[in-house]
Amino acid sequence: MEFARREAPYIRPNVGVGSMMLQVLAALIPAALAHVWYFGPGFLFNLIIATAFCVGSETLMMRARGRDPMVALSDYSAIVTAALLAFALPSLTPWWVTATGALFAIVVAKHLYGGLGFNVFNPAMVGYVVILVAYPMEMNLWVAPRMGDIDYISLSVLQTIKYTLTGSLPDALTFDAISRATPLDAMQSGLRNMRTYAEVRTNPMMGDFGGRGWEWISNFFAFGGAWLLVKKIIRWQIPTGVLLGLLIPAGLFYIISPGSNASPGFHLFSGATILCAFFIATDPVSAATSPKGRFVYGCGIGFLIFAIRKWGSFADGVAFAVLMMNMATPAIDYITRPHIVGHSRRSDKP
Amino acid sequence: MTTGGLIERLRTGLWKDNPGLVQLLGLCPLLAVTTTTINGVGLGIATLLVLTCSNALVSATRRWIRQEIRIPIYVLIIASLVTCVELIFKAWFPTLDRSLGIFIPLIVTNCAIVARAEIFASRNTIGASIVDGLGMGAGFAALLIVLGVFRELVGQASILGYSFAESGFLLAILPPGAFFALALAVALKNRIDRKPGR
Repeated sequence: MEFARREAPYIRPNVGVGSMMLQVLAALIPAALAHVWYFGPGFLFNLIIATAFCVGSETLMMRARGRDPMVALSDYSAIVTAALLAFALPSLTPWWVTATGALFAIVVAKHLYGGLGFNVFNPAMVGYVVILVAYPMEMNLWVAPRMGDIDYISLSVLQTIKYTLTGSLPDALTFDAISRATPLDAMQSGLRNMRTYAEVRTNPMMGDFGGRGWEWISNFFAFGGAWLLVKKIIRWQIPTGVLLGLLIPAGLFYIISPGSNASPGFHLFSGATILCAFFIATDPVSAATSPKGRFVYGCGIGFLIFAIRKWGSFADGVAFAVLMMNMATPAIDYITRPHIVGHSRRSDKP
Repeated sequence: MTTGGLIERLRTGLWKDNPGLVQLLGLCPLLAVTTTTINGVGLGIATLLVLTCSNALVSATRRWIRQEIRIPIYVLIIASLVTCVELIFKAWFPTLDRSLGIFIPLIVTNCAIVARAEIFASRNTIGASIVDGLGMGAGFAALLIVLGVFRELVGQASILGYSFAESGFLLAILPPGAFFALALAVALKNRIDRKPGR
């Protein structure tokens, strides 16, 4: 297939893929710590399992393709995929669910398409969607975040390890006792059951803007993302596009009917909005490449997130929105090709 | 037709030009009904019957079919045959008919069948056309059955309805699983066909 290409001259940056990916990983550390603080140590086990399976399958696939595995492993992209997948998972996830996601991400979404640079879809999101569809029950087990003033049941480190390895909870506990509807779930079902936005907000899980815990993790994602912007690892067009694409329709609906729609602040600080804007949508391979194209691509993702949250059957739509816009990327790149100096604006001919 | 030619014709349909694996025709029913083995067998046999009979009828009437209106005539012939098959299924296999649902009538629009009428039956003798229909039909049915077995095995952890594990990998019986299974089958065929040493 012929895709639209950027034209020469190219400016060669003095950072390699490896150092870029390492900086992305570094930018995720504050949010990772916040995640462990609010949702328990399960995140770390998910991260270890996802990394093991991503790195392992990357090695095997490179061997199968007759190449040196170190070439692929030394750019750390498999570890970034594993980290993004781990952030998407509930903190309590059985190991086989995580492993399935990691295998699909690396084997199917990355290497069957030709490896890093050729993957049409964001590998982490493909892995996440596969397990979301294949293991709906396990993927819905979100525990309540740590909230000082409210009793909540948290699993100890050993109980978390046991659940991760065997998928069984301690004898006295059931799924219903420890799992809570996430703020997005509560908001979606509340609004659909004709409760008003203000009523749903009285739920103790809700914080200042989004859900408690979730909004603070979002802040740390934004912090890491801002650092990536300063270091010019990512460009401003995609995050701005995602946030505007989500906030403008959310704002319009909220102004027209504030009772039956969630506020833009809630959309911004709930679910994976910020993670998507700075870390998922900005994947340099599957995103659009021209400056204008990046903005359009971001806006599309933002609007689709809003549309899925408002009208869809899933509570959050980040993964689906990103995959759908990945499909549109070649078209966006084709339409928004930058104008070349010395060529006519109407056509490619000089 | 010589025995050699006959075997070659069957081989073409079953493997070399398999309608599902190589021509990638008739993918709609192929992807939609192969959730279980028995569905695959049912639709496979129905398609085999319709394809063989339509090839025979088109070949028998090829002298009188005017070039300009050949496609509507083919569709008419195929539709009559599909109606017969549908009534047979309703009479003798009502459960299977219910689980295949709309996909029995939809055999009419299976492009693999019109393609064989157009490409082969309209310019060959009745005998050759019947053999071609059998080969292509069997090739399509074989692929349906393989996909049905695979998806039932992985998705529901059962064979022919006898389950041996609590639950399978749900994705395999969902629509994306059909695409993955078909892609794997096509890749496997290409792998087998590839000459060794290349």
